[in-house]
Amino acid sequence: MKKVTVFITLKQGVLDPQGKAIQTSLHSLGFQEVEDARVGKYIELHVEDHENVDERVKEMCDKLLANPVIEDYRFEVEEAVRS
Amino acid sequence: MKFAVIVFPGSNCDRDMYHAVKDVLGEEAELVWYENSNLENYDAILLPGGFSYGDYLRSGSVAATSDVMKQIKEHAAKGKPVLGVCNGFQILLEAGLLPGAMLRNKNLAFMCHQEALRVANNTTIFTQSYAENEVVRFPIAHGEGNYYCDEETLNELKQHHQIVFTYENNPNGSTSDIAGIINKQGNVLGLMPHPERAVEAIIGSDDGLKVFQSIVRNWRESHVANV
Repeated sequence: MKKVTVFITLKQGVLDPQGKAIQTSLHSLGFQEVEDARVGKYIELHVEDHENVDERVKEMCDKLLANPVIEDYRFEVEEAVRS
Repeated sequence: MKFAVIVFPGSNCDRDMYHAVKDVLGEEAELVWYENSNLENYDAILLPGGFSYGDYLRSGSVAATSDVMKQIKEHAAKGKPVLGVCNGFQILLEAGLLPGAMLRNKNLAFMCHQEALRVANNTTIFTQSYAENEVVRFPIAHGEGNYYCDEETLNELKQHHQIVFTYENNPNGSTSDIAGIINKQGNVLGLMPHPERAVEAIIGSDDGLKVFQSIVRNWRESHVANV
């Protein structure tokens, strides 16, 4: 079993209204040093061992998890710790 | 003419769409549940607004992977009309039937009011009943209607006259004031504002009726006239 962690972020250049709102809020709390805030997604998957895990996860990201028009993604694969 | 209104879990404008076509226009229409559906015998497909699958992951992304989309793609490939409104537009984008993507509205608010739109292309099968550059009023109701595409796609949209409706007073931050676009073949239209909620003057506007009348007129001209 593998644990896959997928990080999805908006592409550079794509306006992030949520990020802007967070930045404004942080400024109003006195954190003037915040120059930019971008919001993304974090997805955890547990997948059966597969010889092409990386390739399969890439396909999952391209087909569903991320929208390549506006988003970039990266992922990490590690041995899942059984609980 | 026979319309299919596709119903996903979370669709909520399906009955408005059905009412516009069936009751106001007097055409045949059926509500078609997305599972185990057969779209072969329909002349046009309508993807209604709402929150399919609760807008999980990204608006329209889950519906775009459903089996019924394969049939809708086949239907579109045959040149038959497909109209996606609001969430229906988001589904068409996620399914790759139209280029671009939707972002959150610039002001982060869900907006629900009437907007003035310009008919930027009145030569499509969805807009041929409108005058050139006619300004119409449709309601909008969305939180993610901020249309985005890269420069290259935008140039292509302009070059092929694929921008069909634009906002007069851009409410959501959409690139180039885009409210609705059509595919290159000219048979798949995605539109963020709701023409199906503007089909009776007594409830505010009947400016949207011509979208459906255009579809029917075009279909009659190419089918009935030849019989």
